[in-house]
Amino acid sequence: MSIGASTGAYALTDSWTMTRRELARWARQPAQVAVGLVFPVMLLLMFGYLVGGGRGVSGDYIDYLVPGMLALTMAFGLEGTMLAVTRDLDKGVIDRFRSMPMADGAVLVGRSAADMLQSTLVLAVLAGAGYALGWRAHGGPGGFLGAVGLLLLFRFAMLWIGIHLALLAGRPELIQAVQILVWPVGFLSNAFAAPRSMPDWLGTAVEWNPMSQTATAVRDLLGGPGGESGHVGAAVLWPLVLLAVFLPSALRRFARLSR
Amino acid sequence: MAEAAITVEGARKKYGGKGGAHALDGLDLRVGRGTVHGVLGPNGAGKTTLVRILSTLLRPDAGRIEVAGHDVVTQAYAVRLRIGLLGQHAALDEELGGRENLELFGRLHHLGARTARARAGELLERFDLAGTGRRPVRAYSGGMRRRLDLAASLITEPEVLFLDEPTTGLDPRGRSEVWAAVRSLVGGGTTVLLATQHLEEADQLADRISVVDAGRVIADGTADELKAATGADRIDVVLRDAGQLGAAVALLPMTAVSVDPDRRLLSAPVADRMAALSGVVQALQEAGIEAEDVALRRPTLDEVFLHLTGEDHRVKESA
Repeated sequence: MSIGASTGAYALTDSWTMTRRELARWARQPAQVAVGLVFPVMLLLMFGYLVGGGRGVSGDYIDYLVPGMLALTMAFGLEGTMLAVTRDLDKGVIDRFRSMPMADGAVLVGRSAADMLQSTLVLAVLAGAGYALGWRAHGGPGGFLGAVGLLLLFRFAMLWIGIHLALLAGRPELIQAVQILVWPVGFLSNAFAAPRSMPDWLGTAVEWNPMSQTATAVRDLLGGPGGESGHVGAAVLWPLVLLAVFLPSALRRFARLSR
Repeated sequence: MAEAAITVEGARKKYGGKGGAHALDGLDLRVGRGTVHGVLGPNGAGKTTLVRILSTLLRPDAGRIEVAGHDVVTQAYAVRLRIGLLGQHAALDEELGGRENLELFGRLHHLGARTARARAGELLERFDLAGTGRRPVRAYSGGMRRRLDLAASLITEPEVLFLDEPTTGLDPRGRSEVWAAVRSLVGGGTTVLLATQHLEEADQLADRISVVDAGRVIADGTADELKAATGADRIDVVLRDAGQLGAAVALLPMTAVSVDPDRRLLSAPVADRMAALSGVVQALQEAGIEAEDVALRRPTLDEVFLHLTGEDHRVKESA
């Protein structure tokens, strides 16, 4: 909708206000924030010790598992984004925002900023837990930063898929369906086991999973087992392709709320 | 009439492409500055669609629509600077407290941090919410939530305020709290458009009422004018013995008496309330017919519609 230049001046302020709203919510719900941070650590412990093994993985399993878990956690971020956007839509909060003289897009930019911040925090906590369990990054500072960059890029793609799905569904009931679907998609990856240990057709599907590309590239950059060179390109390309599809279409959906 | 705060000419809106029904079908409306205007109609009449178009949330398919002197489509930003919206559901952040919510909306109106804080404090005081402290909205009662919602829609002292079913889901106490809050706005120069399906609510709050059905205005006037046009008040008489209904109809000192044998009920429009009441009681006593209940009441929305549209489909639907 063309609202004129008047909203542009406030783009940054409004986005920051929306981000701060999310931070205020965190301050109000420390337990929920803690659960969000601890849950991936629990998964890490479960797969590291309880289920354990890592079929088809040569070398130290923890060095294979931690990058996989980091990528998986980024994929699961989709749920959180979708949940938050759906909640605001359902409560009519987004309607109130839209009836106010705010900058276009500040609602979504604020959402993105808050979710990316939360994901960075999750990465730090999970990596810290991995470190405590004996995981070591071998790739040097450059490799480490590159790996973090790839993980956050993947999360950013998941974020816009989440916004798109929330705007598409618009109802809280459909979140459950997505919550259930996210699991097989997350687990049909090389997060826990090497594709070569799987039946051919499954291994192929798993290798094609964008999340597997990110995990493999991260393993490569951090010098862990299961890393294959040449995957960094794919780990950059896949999220960009997803963004090229879902970001504009999410923005279109948001604009179409006025139809 | 005073200068218009809201002008709607030939508003049309259709949902869902070709097969969809018209939510607004050439609706016209003019609301004078500083007045409270009720838009009265049943579910699906187009009230919410109208409010959403006026508050720039929805684009009309056709029509000229101005709010506070600005076109809602081409000058949406200018309109947003001048309006407040109270939607059907409390649009608040449930996890945050009252003050945090108000400050959030104040900052999004670009009031500046200090002004936003001061304004939040003022509104909490005014709507009797100052004692809520840091309690999250999630823990508020329905009435408190609605009052905070109303406070949030008044963050910038809007020229025009839209209220869409402001008391739906509230208990009688919550309803009277919200009504009192709305009344306190009147006189401050704010123009209020109140969409409701309750005749009583429009009667209580509105200076003028537009009755809407199937996306158009079918009647317009003050509450008194509308009531006069729709046969004014009614008297209901419930008999102890259904067998005496026929005899009672003949006795009643009024015409157009309707009979509902299942409920042993007689109902008739009345002109002079007190005379009708005493006349009925006296006539029944003299004939020795026992009544369980005799009551005066305002016409229901069904009856208003029955009269205005001349169709009885609504009565059948609700029966």
